[in-house]
Amino acid sequence: MDLNTIKQFLAEYDGPDMNIMEVCGSHTAAIAKNGIPGLLSEKIHLISGPGCPVCVTPSAYIDRLLELAMQENTCVVTFGDLLRVPGSEKSLRMVKGEGGRVEMVYSPMDILEMAKRKPETCFVFAAVGFETTTPVYALLMQELVKNNIKNVKLLTALKTMPEAIGFLCENGAPINGFIAPGHVSVVTGSRIFEPIAEKYGLPFGVSGFEGTEILTALYAIVKMRGQGRVINCYPAVVTTEGNIEAQASVEQFFEPADAVWRGMGSIPGSGRILRKEYAAFDAGSRDLTEDKKKNRACRCDQVLMGKIRPTECPLFGKVCTPLKPQGACMVSTEGNCFSWYSNHRVV
Amino acid sequence: MTQDKITMLHGSGGQATGDLIKSVFAEAFSNEVLGQMEDSAVIPGSGTIAMTTDSFVVTPLMFPGGDIGRLAVCGTVNDLLMRGAKPMYLTCGFILEEGLEVSVLKQAVKSMAETAREAGVLIVAGDTKVIEGNGGMYINTAGVGFIENNVDISSAKIRPGDAILVSGTMGDHHAALLGERMEIETEIKSDNAPLTEMVAALLASGLELHAMRDVTRGGLATVLKEMAESSQTTFVVQDEAIPVTPQVRDFCGLLGLDPYYMGNEGKLVLILPEDEAEQAIEILKKSRYGDNAAKIGIVCDDTPGELIAETAIGGQRRMDVLQDEGLPRIC
Repeated sequence: MDLNTIKQFLAEYDGPDMNIMEVCGSHTAAIAKNGIPGLLSEKIHLISGPGCPVCVTPSAYIDRLLELAMQENTCVVTFGDLLRVPGSEKSLRMVKGEGGRVEMVYSPMDILEMAKRKPETCFVFAAVGFETTTPVYALLMQELVKNNIKNVKLLTALKTMPEAIGFLCENGAPINGFIAPGHVSVVTGSRIFEPIAEKYGLPFGVSGFEGTEILTALYAIVKMRGQGRVINCYPAVVTTEGNIEAQASVEQFFEPADAVWRGMGSIPGSGRILRKEYAAFDAGSRDLTEDKKKNRACRCDQVLMGKIRPTECPLFGKVCTPLKPQGACMVSTEGNCFSWYSNHRVV
Repeated sequence: MTQDKITMLHGSGGQATGDLIKSVFAEAFSNEVLGQMEDSAVIPGSGTIAMTTDSFVVTPLMFPGGDIGRLAVCGTVNDLLMRGAKPMYLTCGFILEEGLEVSVLKQAVKSMAETAREAGVLIVAGDTKVIEGNGGMYINTAGVGFIENNVDISSAKIRPGDAILVSGTMGDHHAALLGERMEIETEIKSDNAPLTEMVAALLASGLELHAMRDVTRGGLATVLKEMAESSQTTFVVQDEAIPVTPQVRDFCGLLGLDPYYMGNEGKLVLILPEDEAEQAIEILKKSRYGDNAAKIGIVCDDTPGELIAETAIGGQRRMDVLQDEGLPRIC
């Protein structure tokens, strides 16, 4: 089907209202970047979900990292996005300014070289992420185990998507369809979404990140309103089965666990945690359940669950901006509030 | 000089300082004004003068396609050029950290001298200080240029109906540095270059140049948004018209970067009446460093102060200046 037909259909759609959630932060960013909301009929509403790993990390996790950064002979190693996320009071960047030891890397594997150079220091990797990133941590674990490296640990906040989507269907905004996360699907395979699609009778469109790919997925979702099916609109990259090898590697080191999502609370089975036999590599991930807001008026929780738009939060664009984020959604370039703010999105 | 590393002694102001100046700076920058070695440079000039200054704290000091010395000349020269000035004189202040290899300093100074020659400016005064540290080097340059009587180029002259042009591909400098720091092998080279020849050709053409800006830190979107705001006009650009090399595009895709917000060190934005755009592009393309010049959008007056990008699939988005800190220390 050609792009113009798809665009015309989406612009002129006059059926029942469609609330479509994209659960992946990269989709949120791509939707804004391509100016997609302005191409859709007023009956199609795009809602950004909890798909940015930084946004859903609870404050207790950040607070624990801050403690570690200030501990003697300990260094926290992290991706850049996490540096500015507020814990209950401070962020990693703030404690770095106060003498805390925090290093930013672009790949978790960089920690191996650091550990070799400074054997007296314990390096803790801030292992956040979804199904997409967990296999990289499994690779890191392979190296740690194989080479008997003792001075590297992981503080994990690993999440899995299907359980969170199920939770949203039960508790969130009324959703009529999902743009399923493309990168996650590469690892898990598109079949992972089939049980929830069937259970809730909702269409899932697995999509890539180009404008045309997202429009195609939206078209498929609207056309299949009310049908509990998964449509793979990203077949060049996503298979039904996914990356079996990566799944096995994750399975070897991690087991399912309940996980706390910032603002949403604990969702049963929605996380991964290091298996008991690898507990020596865990920097204390199991008990991080507390989730305090830095600013009590912050409504990140409702934003993440699709109950309000970022612009409906009273702090949005006023006290909460990318330079002074009050909630995690305003931090990452894939965060809902950041994306809406920096692209001046209104619908 | 026998030592191969900078020590605190080089900053003493005594014999070692004198030796360093003679063996490294005086020879490379040699010209009649500097050669007088007085406390200040005395230079001829009258009329309207453009002045600017810039400091360079880039890491690494040497990067694909350039180094801190070349950058220190290009940054200041290009700032002068953007107001339609002919750059004439530069001063340079070096702050060297103890432990810096003298060979690295020499290489930077050599490249500074070569770039100054290319840009047609004389380095007429300088200063060197040594501080404790870890072998780093920081350079400040200040520049003076002369503006001819009839030249008046500034954002205040931007009008609805103008065309928006860029002189080449976006993001090369930023990507080259980031690739180097992250040890990612790419073919991307920094675009750091003095735009003297290009601007001279534009000035000589008689075209009605309204405004020019060089696209450095903050990237294209930041520059365009600032111009839209200061002129209270609307800038509308087409995503697909922005020139980006395939290598930089792939690099950005890999790291989640946006070429709209990546720094350059040898690219300009030119605003002039739409009916002169074609001729201007021809001039840019014929100039050194202007091969990939392109028209990327137009100025209108629908929503003053806004920067609107039209996307490949026909959507629109409002853009802002760079929100995050971007990549620190790329220049």
